[in-house]
Amino acid sequence: MDKRKWLEIGLFLGPAVIIFVGFVILPVALAAVYSFFNWNGLGPLEKFIGIDNYTRALSDPLFLRSIGNNFTIIIASLLVQGPLAIIVALLLNRKMRGRTIVRAAIFVPYVLAEVIAGLSWKLLLSPQGGVNAVLEAIGLGGLTQPWLANPAIALWVMFFILTWKYLGFAVLLMLAGLQGVPEELTEAAAIDGASWWKTQWYITIPLLGPTIRIWAFLSIIGSLQLFDMVWVTTRGGPVGATSTMATYMIQYGQGQPGYGSAVAVILFLISLVIALLYQRHALRRDLGAENVEER
Amino acid sequence: MNKARVIRVGAVAAASALTIGGLTACAPGGDTPSDGTTTITWWHNATTDPQKGLWEDVAAEFEKAHPGVKVEVTGYQNEDLQRTLIPNALASGDAPDLFMVWPGGEVRAQAEAGYLKDLTDVASDTIDALGGVANPWKVDGKQYALPYTFGIEGMWYNKDLYAQAGIDAVPETLPELEDANEKLRAIGVAPIAVGAGDLWPAGHWWYQFALAACSTETLQTAIPALDFSDPCWVEAGDLLKDFVATNPFQDGFLASSGQQGADSSAGLVANGKAAAELMGHWNAGQIGSLTPDATVPSWLGWYPFVSVPGTAGDPDIAMGGGDGFGIYKDAPDVTVDLLKYILSDDVQKRFAETGAGIPTNPAAIDSVSDPSLKLIAEGLANASFVQLWLDSDLGPTFGNPLNQAVVNLMAGTGTPEDIVKALEDTAAAL
Repeated sequence: MDKRKWLEIGLFLGPAVIIFVGFVILPVALAAVYSFFNWNGLGPLEKFIGIDNYTRALSDPLFLRSIGNNFTIIIASLLVQGPLAIIVALLLNRKMRGRTIVRAAIFVPYVLAEVIAGLSWKLLLSPQGGVNAVLEAIGLGGLTQPWLANPAIALWVMFFILTWKYLGFAVLLMLAGLQGVPEELTEAAAIDGASWWKTQWYITIPLLGPTIRIWAFLSIIGSLQLFDMVWVTTRGGPVGATSTMATYMIQYGQGQPGYGSAVAVILFLISLVIALLYQRHALRRDLGAENVEER
Repeated sequence: MNKARVIRVGAVAAASALTIGGLTACAPGGDTPSDGTTTITWWHNATTDPQKGLWEDVAAEFEKAHPGVKVEVTGYQNEDLQRTLIPNALASGDAPDLFMVWPGGEVRAQAEAGYLKDLTDVASDTIDALGGVANPWKVDGKQYALPYTFGIEGMWYNKDLYAQAGIDAVPETLPELEDANEKLRAIGVAPIAVGAGDLWPAGHWWYQFALAACSTETLQTAIPALDFSDPCWVEAGDLLKDFVATNPFQDGFLASSGQQGADSSAGLVANGKAAAELMGHWNAGQIGSLTPDATVPSWLGWYPFVSVPGTAGDPDIAMGGGDGFGIYKDAPDVTVDLLKYILSDDVQKRFAETGAGIPTNPAAIDSVSDPSLKLIAEGLANASFVQLWLDSDLGPTFGNPLNQAVVNLMAGTGTPEDIVKALEDTAAAL
């Protein structure tokens, strides 16, 4: 390329690069720098302490529990939300009465603001809240309990809320994916005498593969960065039962941004490694398929 | 140049201009614009009337008395202001001129970083007028901020529920409190509400037991030295553990918040589902805001925290704290006059009349009319020693690890020793 072309590229890309470096790369780099200091956020960066912040975080049982909680949510999401979303999408993709209403009902939670959804569930699940009142009213008073205040079940209650909130998004993706499944294939299967269920199992779901893999990727990254819903409903409590890496960072980085930065860097590295591994191993064939088409 | 090229160059120029314009918009502005007026920016934590309105009036009056001075006054939510907005503004070098400063660890950190104006000489009259209540805002003998309100915590309770449960006199000792709690359980209300979901309201229970277990001398020496080797710190946890075993708190207290909504601890007291709450001097307004008619209920009473027989602590000690205003190092000099005006007899009297808190200027104490605040002012006057909130006194780094360890103990997953370990570990990482 000649000089003029380079100049043009530079001029066009310049503004975007400046913004990207200033607001993305620089903060990440600064966090990495801060993480090596014992710093209260006010004075100058003076007390260099090497990797002490990292060893402190990785030896804090609450932080390790937070990492564990993040991974529990990832695994539970993949095992429960994914299959559930596929089943709901397959059902909603059929012609049936009231389909629009059912679709809307599933999407509404996703459209709701996270804070509103969180506060609503917090009120519903409080000991004096609606869920316990309904259980009492239908004669299941023995099941009532402080749902979000019981450390033994709080994480699963949180997972239920997250599933309620994000199922709509997963279903939306799957429904979009289903539009790409050619009708001729299912028609051919029907002519060959395959049942509806067999058609889905052997034709539709395999063809939905790329959509499922993209959804899983978004779900994993979302689960790793889980913050808003937990913060609004439990602040990571009770006794760390629902604490995530992000809520831990906010709580324990307060007044000591050096330590908070170390936690942020750990979260960043875990997310990056998982994202790269996933792209390399799970998404490769989807990307590969595009390459084949290009050729 | 052909037409396409003109468009391209124009687009690049526009994008660059936007970027540069966007970036320069972030640059801090000066306090003295070209028209000769001086602007004072003032950040406080009052987001609702009457206090918010009072500060606005004060700003307007000050502008009137000082031609050429403009006061930009803004109220922000308390935690956002103290934890996020002010630290960021200070670190960015574009700080407000007059802002809220908490005593103890926070004023120490800000003063040591060189952000605060030394008020020792420029406001000596006001400091003298306030007396000892200004001490928690001193660092190394220098005054870096001045409090406009100060109070102590105690038990806020529902007089009607206490009467209904047959409690004739408010408890003065721990056994009397436990006895009262049993009577309250018997009439079907939670004896005490605590917002352990927010951590700090639960932390205060341990602070109170630490005041009971530790002698005043220990408190005065251990906290500045961050030395928690005295066995009284573990004893505080033992006392709390035994107290929690009597089941004094509402069901699900581990997830309750302190102040937001009907199911928060303040909300439970406001709607009569809990009979009492250990909380600071601001709680009348808090509970009032959560009642259906948004006024302080007539049944709300206050009594000092109970003493614990058989412990080394001074039974007349109280725990408290307050809010002060500090001045940024580069603020215009006239900001000192504004601070003096805020603490003047007149403004402090009006502050007292709002019922939002207890004024620090002794000349205004008689203007406190709210009955609960009057009791607190009395308790403050009778206290042999006022210990600053432990999390404030120790500094911002201690708050979460300490309070989390206390909640763990209350949940049965931690021990009294774990609380001391959390303190020692935090101190070691400083």
